[in-house]
Amino acid sequence: MRPWVTLAAAVLLLMTAGTAQAQESEIETLRAAVEEMRADYDARIAELERRLAVAEQNTKQAKYATQQTAVMQADVSSGNSGPAAFNPAIGVIFQGQAWHFSKNPDDYAIQGFPFGGEAGPIDEGLGIGETELIFNANVDDKFSAWLTAALALEDGEGVVEIEEAWVEATALPAGLGAKFGRFFSGIGYLNSKHSHAWDFADQPLPYQAFLGDQYIDNGVQLRWLAPTNLYMEFGGEWLQGSRYPAGGNADSGFGSYSLFANFGGDAGSDSSWLAGISYLDNAAIDRPSGDEDDPLIFNGDSKLGIAQFVWKWSPNGNWKQKNFVFQSEFFWRREDGDYVLPGGTPILYGVDQTGWYAQAVYQPIPRWRFGGRVDGLSTDDPGLLFVGTALAAPPSDPRRYSIMADWSNSEFSRLRLQFTRDEAGPLDDTQWGIQYIHSIGAHGAHAF
Amino acid sequence: MKTIHVLLLALLPVTATAELEVFACEPGWAALATEIGGSHVNTFSATTALQDPHYIQARPSLIAKVRRADLVLCSGAQLEIGWLPALLQKANNRKVLPGSNGYMEASSYVLRLDATGNVDRAQGDIHPEGNPHIQTDPHNVAAVAKALGERMILIDPENAGVYEAGLANFLARWQEAIEVWEAKAETLRGAKAITHHKSWVYLERWLGIEEVANLEAIPGLPPTPTHLSRLTKKFDEGGADFIIRSPYQDARPSEWLSERVGIAAIVLPLTVGGTEQAQDLFSLFDDIIERLLEARVHE
Repeated sequence: MRPWVTLAAAVLLLMTAGTAQAQESEIETLRAAVEEMRADYDARIAELERRLAVAEQNTKQAKYATQQTAVMQADVSSGNSGPAAFNPAIGVIFQGQAWHFSKNPDDYAIQGFPFGGEAGPIDEGLGIGETELIFNANVDDKFSAWLTAALALEDGEGVVEIEEAWVEATALPAGLGAKFGRFFSGIGYLNSKHSHAWDFADQPLPYQAFLGDQYIDNGVQLRWLAPTNLYMEFGGEWLQGSRYPAGGNADSGFGSYSLFANFGGDAGSDSSWLAGISYLDNAAIDRPSGDEDDPLIFNGDSKLGIAQFVWKWSPNGNWKQKNFVFQSEFFWRREDGDYVLPGGTPILYGVDQTGWYAQAVYQPIPRWRFGGRVDGLSTDDPGLLFVGTALAAPPSDPRRYSIMADWSNSEFSRLRLQFTRDEAGPLDDTQWGIQYIHSIGAHGAHAF
Repeated sequence: MKTIHVLLLALLPVTATAELEVFACEPGWAALATEIGGSHVNTFSATTALQDPHYIQARPSLIAKVRRADLVLCSGAQLEIGWLPALLQKANNRKVLPGSNGYMEASSYVLRLDATGNVDRAQGDIHPEGNPHIQTDPHNVAAVAKALGERMILIDPENAGVYEAGLANFLARWQEAIEVWEAKAETLRGAKAITHHKSWVYLERWLGIEEVANLEAIPGLPPTPTHLSRLTKKFDEGGADFIIRSPYQDARPSEWLSERVGIAAIVLPLTVGGTEQAQDLFSLFDDIIERLLEARVHE
């Protein structure tokens, strides 16, 4: 029995005792208890002194050896570090903005390029963008999985959208990788980048016009990486064709396929580059675009080719202090089929269109970045039958000029100011806004 | 014509060799793999000593290297969390995924300091699993060497003899060197250091140096003027022996403070290649101690 319990019992006895005789025996008990306590503490002090002496006698080498063994044992149970410390890793990304337009953004449209998918101007005034919930983890030793759920407000109603939900096979041999589920297509450079990793608040015009902001679909992706010093990646996807620039799950739900090849390497210790080409082939059935309430309907084939180049520079490759990124993509699109104009009959449509953007972002000191971007589009005239419609070629090629400055307190927070001169819409427009991007929880590493 | 040759060479698949391909995240670990494996290993370091290993781009060239690696050897404890997972995901190399024999985190084999278990980011770039800059204590290097040797034997059992001999040879020379360093650095015991980032806690524990302040008010975030002026007041009358920074860190904050309080600002190589003198693991520690002693003499 612990000494203090004995003592307490003795005190209790003492208090309830009636006679002197009883009191005497109780004093004895009390004394015994105190003795017991003293003996116990003496033993403990002796033990502590012994341990102190042992510790003092230990040589440095022995000290390190025991510590290391202890940690190694601890590590066996805790596993290695990394995002899997949480299972699954959970992250939330908050985005919002205040945006001003000199012309009414409700009337915004680019002549000759009716928008589909998610493309379009940023919401006017104060607002929040998509709040992204990200979950990811290894499923087992052969698969990993990723979920991005986008929480958004649409007309005041909260909606949850499955942005990405894919499983990746991690244990394939010979440099192969496979992904299946819902994912951003691997075409182009910006297509697979999450909006929180963009350098500007909106996508360049060709992404808006040709890919509905970003092409995301359900399907499978296969990638192969060559065993060479030069980075050479080849991939292909087979996709459902559920959304712009495809539509209607054509070909029994195998409506789109893509092919892509990427190459990259370093140029000295300061610079690195990535270049690639990709091709996306879509079949579209009753694909809507343009005005949401009164859309244009397209049936036919849409073929898109993209060439991209990215160059990154930082002195000695020490990214944190100073860096510069140049990136540019060129798009070519051919659409063949027919368009149904609102209230009309199908008219044969076949045009070639191009689009491009070039941007540069410079971080002269930690935290601060400054960037500029030019983007543009160009289209053939679809013919006399389309005169006066949203599909007729514009009088001059659409152009847009943007500059931005952003400040990141840490890699988890960013505030951005952006100014855009838009000469793509019906009226030249001046837009500017402030955007925030913040993330909490686990945050995956960013690709190049 | 020469360009075409270079291009053709780059396109040729790298033929299989008997060499063990080691992808090290930091040059110190690449050097250690070479010490143990000699000519049987082919090492590559993803970073140089002039780069902040927290912030590296997941470059295509690095993905291509991981694709062909037999062993990925990193510091761990989340030092490379901002880029290594992206490399591993893109590289399609099942041999080196975490959990397999081809993936090794050096910090798993030593006692990590400053492990908080706390992941509140208001405290800055805190590594909940402890400080990852473990390579500044040679005893840690010895512990990692033993684990690395075992790992190399596991992956490449055919050359077990080479690795065993290499490890034994390295450890013997290393132990001797440690004794020399410890004797030399005896006078540094009790010295006080201001450091830019918490990169030197293992060195300080080893040599008995006391860390009295950091230039970063919050770990990982650049030093702020407010914090630096607070430090000028605090160390107005001395109170520290040196201000230490790594080669990749901004020189201005430590030079600025040094000018005002008269404490020597020094650059210490955090890993191999950090200074001209630090060419391998042995000269790395030679140079670190040399520079500390010199700064103390000049006081």
